[in-house]
Amino acid sequence: MGIRVVITGYGIVSSIGMNADEVLGSLLEEVSGIGEITRFDTIHKGKLPLAEVKRSNAELLELSGLKDKRKYSRTSLLGIAAASQAAGMAGIKPNQSLRTGLISANTVGGMDRTEDFYPLFLENQSRGRLSEVATHDCGESTERIAQFLDIRDFITTISTACSSSANAIMLGSEMIKAGLIDRVIAGGADAVTRFTLNGFNTLMILDKNGCRPFDEERAGLTIGEGAAFLVLESEELAIREGRKIAGFLSGYGNANDAYHQTASSPDGIGAGLAMAKALEMGGIVPARISYINVHGTGTQNNDLSEGIAVQRLFGGEVPPFSSTKSYTGHTLGAAGAIEAVISLLSIQHSCVFPNLGWATPMKELYIRPVTTLLRNTDVEHVLSNSFGFGGNNSSLVLSKYNSR
Amino acid sequence: MTNLNAIYINGLGNLSPQKTTDSSHFLDEVNRVQSNRLACIEPNYRDFISPDILRRMGRLIKMGVASSRICLADAGCVMPDAIITGTGLGCLEDTEKFLTTLIRNNEELLTPTSFIQSTHNTVSAQIALLLKCHNYNFTYVHRGWSFESALLDAMIQLRNGKASKVLAGGMDELTNGSFEISRRLGLWRMKPADTFELLKTTARGSIAGEGSAFFLLSSAQSDTTYAVLTGMNTFNRKASPVSLPRLLSDFLERSGTGPEEIDLAVCGLNGDTSSARPYKELTGSLNNAGIAAWKHLSGEYMTSSAFGLWMASMIMKKQQVPEAAVIRPPGAKTIKTILIYNHYLDLNHSFILIRKP
Repeated sequence: MGIRVVITGYGIVSSIGMNADEVLGSLLEEVSGIGEITRFDTIHKGKLPLAEVKRSNAELLELSGLKDKRKYSRTSLLGIAAASQAAGMAGIKPNQSLRTGLISANTVGGMDRTEDFYPLFLENQSRGRLSEVATHDCGESTERIAQFLDIRDFITTISTACSSSANAIMLGSEMIKAGLIDRVIAGGADAVTRFTLNGFNTLMILDKNGCRPFDEERAGLTIGEGAAFLVLESEELAIREGRKIAGFLSGYGNANDAYHQTASSPDGIGAGLAMAKALEMGGIVPARISYINVHGTGTQNNDLSEGIAVQRLFGGEVPPFSSTKSYTGHTLGAAGAIEAVISLLSIQHSCVFPNLGWATPMKELYIRPVTTLLRNTDVEHVLSNSFGFGGNNSSLVLSKYNSR
Repeated sequence: MTNLNAIYINGLGNLSPQKTTDSSHFLDEVNRVQSNRLACIEPNYRDFISPDILRRMGRLIKMGVASSRICLADAGCVMPDAIITGTGLGCLEDTEKFLTTLIRNNEELLTPTSFIQSTHNTVSAQIALLLKCHNYNFTYVHRGWSFESALLDAMIQLRNGKASKVLAGGMDELTNGSFEISRRLGLWRMKPADTFELLKTTARGSIAGEGSAFFLLSSAQSDTTYAVLTGMNTFNRKASPVSLPRLLSDFLERSGTGPEEIDLAVCGLNGDTSSARPYKELTGSLNNAGIAAWKHLSGEYMTSSAFGLWMASMIMKKQQVPEAAVIRPPGAKTIKTILIYNHYLDLNHSFILIRKP
C-alpha cells in the first residue's frame, strides 16, 4: 500500500464561529451565519444577505497579535487566524527539521483593499495609496500567512474559483506522497468584497432570502467569507511524532465539466467524474460513503446538475447529504477547506449536520437532503464536493482514522 | 529510450513580444524597440478560435488559447491528460473593466461578462471547454512562482502516472492600469530603454512585458522532443542562510548533475541593477557555462520564466543560442545541459534544469 496521508490539525474561521468548537456549536444548534451586510457600503445593503465573519479587521488583527493594518488584506487576516489554529493543533513550530509547506487558495486575493484604492486611481492615475493595491494579487495573502507561521520550504497559491481550496488539499497530499515535503498546511481564505457580491449579482444567482440548497424554490446562493486549513502529513510521520490523528484523506479527484464557463452541464458530467475519481482512488464503493457534504450552492443550475450526478453515481442508495452553505454561505475560495473541516467534525462527533432552509423537494430529483440533525451515527467516509466556474469540479473523501 | 520518471518537453507554443509563434524562426529577427514596456505580437486569433467565441473573449484568454493550440499542434497532441496553468495576475483587463464599471456606475447596470472572465482559471477553463477536455485542470497564482507551480504539478501528475501528457503554461497580460501601478512601485525604467541596450546599461528598473507560453510535457519521448525536463525548484533566498551556488549544487545533486556539467545558464537578467546581483553571484560560480538572457526580449512579468524555458528548449533542439540572447557564448560544442535561473523581485527564485534527450 502507498503512503497514507493523515490530518493532524485543522483550523476554521467562518460566519458561524471563529474556531472549530464554535463552528461545531453552531452546526449542532442549527444557527446560520447568514445575515445583513455590515462589512462595506453597498447599494445592496438591506436587500441581499451575506455570511460575514463577525469580526472587524481591527479585531482580526488583535486576535493574531498583529499591528500594521496597512499590510494586511482581510483575506490575509482570515487566513492567518485559521492557519494558526491548524498549525497549533498539529504542533508545527518554526525551525523544526521537517520540511513544511503552505498551499493556500483564494479567488480575489486582496480585492477588498483594491476596492479602496481604485476610485482615486480612476480619477487620476498618480493617486491612490500604493499600500492598498500591493495586496491585490492572490499570492500575497499566502506570503503573509507563511511569514506569520514562518513556513519556508514551499509555498504556492491555487485559484480555480469555488473549488480552489479543495484543490490546495489535493496538491498538498500529492506532494507528501511524492516525498517532496513532509507536512503541508493546505486550505484557503476569501473575504467578502463588493467585487464578488456585484459579480454574482449580475449573474442573477443571489437569493435575497438567503440560500436554500436543494429546495424546489431555491433562488440562488449567498456569498460568505472565511478561511480553513488542514495539516496533512504521512501516517508514518504522524505516528513517529506522536501526533493525534483527526482523520485521513482517502481519495480525491478533479475533473472538468467542459460545458460552459459558469453553468454546470445538465447531466453533471464533471461532477460525476470528480466524485467517481475520488471514490476510485480511495478504493471505496459508493455504498460505504456515510455522508455527502454536497457543493449545494442553492442555485437552480448547480443543485440540479449535482443532484443528477449524485443519483447517477449512488443509484438507489444515496447516503445522507446536506449543504452546509446554508450555515456558512458560499465562501468561494475557502469553501472546499471549510467543508473539509466540517466533514471532519462530522466524522469526529458522529453526526450529520442538516441542510437549513429546506422545505420542498426538487421535482426533478428523487433524493432530498438531511433536514434534521443526525446524532450518534457512525460517519466513516465523507464525500465533500466543491465545484467552480470554468467547470472546475473537485471531490475529496475524508475518512475516519483507524490504524492499518 | 524512454527513462522511467523522465519528463519530455514535446511541444512548445509561445506568444510574446517577439515573433515566437512560428517555430521555423528562432529569434533571428528581433523586434527592437525603445520603450519601457513591451506588448505581445498577437496573431490573427481567427486562426485558432471561432469568431462567435472570439468576440467576447478577454485578451489574456485569447493569448492563452492561441498559444496552447500552437503547443498542442507542435506536439501532435489532440487531448492532454491534464491542463495546468500559472498566472501571476490573471485576466487583468476583465478585472479592471468590472471594477471600473462597478465604481463609475455605483454598482448599477453591470454586465456579467467581465466578472466571469476575471476569474483566474478562465484560461485553463476555456482551453478545456474548447477541447471538450474533462481531465484534471488546475491554475496556480503565486507571483513569480505561478508558472513554476504549474510545472511542479505537471511533474507530479506525470510521475505518479495519473497523466502521460500534460499541457502546462504560464501567462500574464500587461494593461495600462497595471503598468502604471507597477511603474509607481518603481519596477520600470524611467526612460525608454533600447531592446539591445537594456542589459548593458545600469539603472533602476526593468521593462514591463507580457506573454503566454505553453509546453506539452510527456512521460514518453517522441520525434518532436525538445528536451528532458530534469528538475525544478523554487526557493526564497531571504529565508535561507545558504549561498546561491550552494543552493544550486544541492538542487543539481538531486538530479545527479554536477555544476561543471551546465553548458548554458539562461538567466532572468532584466536590466534592473539591484536585481542583477543574484544572477552575478550564480553565474560567477559557473565558469564553464555560457550565459543567455531573455527579459530584454520578453519584458519582466510574473510568469516570464515560461519564456525562459521556451527559449532554453529551443536552444536545446536547435543547438544554437540566438545572437540576441547571448551574454557569454557557451564553450561546449554540444549543449547538453541548460539551467534556467530566474527570480522575481528577489522574492521568488527558481531553478529549472533541462537536458538534451
